[in-house]
Amino acid sequence: MIFVVSFLVVLMLVGAVAASIFRDLISAVIAAALVSLIASILFYFLQAPDVAMAEAAIGAALTAAIFIIAIRRTKRYEE
Amino acid sequence: MRRVISILLLIIVALGIRLSLTKIPFGTPKTKVGRYYIEEGIEETGAVNIVTSVVVSYRGFDTLGEVTILFIAAIGLGAVLSTVGEKTVREIEPASLVLYTGCRLLFPLILIFGTYIFIHGHLTPGGGFQGGAIIASGFLLIYLGCRERRISRVASNLAESLGGLAFVVIGLLGLVFGGYFLLNFLPKGTANTLFSAGIIPIIYIAIGFKVGSELAGIIDNLIEES
Repeated sequence: MIFVVSFLVVLMLVGAVAASIFRDLISAVIAAALVSLIASILFYFLQAPDVAMAEAAIGAALTAAIFIIAIRRTKRYEE
Repeated sequence: MRRVISILLLIIVALGIRLSLTKIPFGTPKTKVGRYYIEEGIEETGAVNIVTSVVVSYRGFDTLGEVTILFIAAIGLGAVLSTVGEKTVREIEPASLVLYTGCRLLFPLILIFGTYIFIHGHLTPGGGFQGGAIIASGFLLIYLGCRERRISRVASNLAESLGGLAFVVIGLLGLVFGGYFLLNFLPKGTANTLFSAGIIPIIYIAIGFKVGSELAGIIDNLIEES
């Protein structure tokens, strides 16, 4: 159990760092969505299924979609 | 110079977080309020899901505030986007058959799942916000997959307004019947059945409609503009 959680936390950190490093904004949004998804899995492990559901639906799906729609209106690559 | 200052600030913040985390007594018995909710919550509110009893019953007024914040955000977004030039009708490229059929098949299932989540908010994990977000993600699927199917703006606005109105009216009815806002004036019923917990499921259904139509409206506004 502890190994699964540590692996997820490491993956989450990698996603967070990647989201701030990527020049391609779509990739950055996907990395940020990955952080939210893993956060929701961790919430589930911490026995907070209510928060996990809200995090998965809003953090991983809707926020990413809204960011991608906004990126489509502006520029895809950061200078 | 700026770099040194920012590193110093980061160290100070890290120390602060560390100090405040060591102050939290992890693993020890919970505070008086938390113990009270866990021990008396089911008896007092009739909701088996303690999170729901806190969100809708004990802290119902805060929930009204949260719903209002979401409402104001949606209105602000609509106001900002509607002032940006005139609407240009773009050519819509039809989605492939697989995508189109998949979206049409999945959409009702997602709607049913979201509805299940907010109707059973007092029994199982989840509730109005989660169910509403799931319903909004179903609408997102429709907007992405079959864009020629439009969702009626009037119906979505009506669902949103009626949801908010129902919440406030139920709160005011509590004021009429018992003397304070959001009083649980309906009979509690047997715990662990669908028709229990008095006003909690009704409020959660109202919140589910409101949040779902609001988030779907935000996506609708953004996609219409792009």
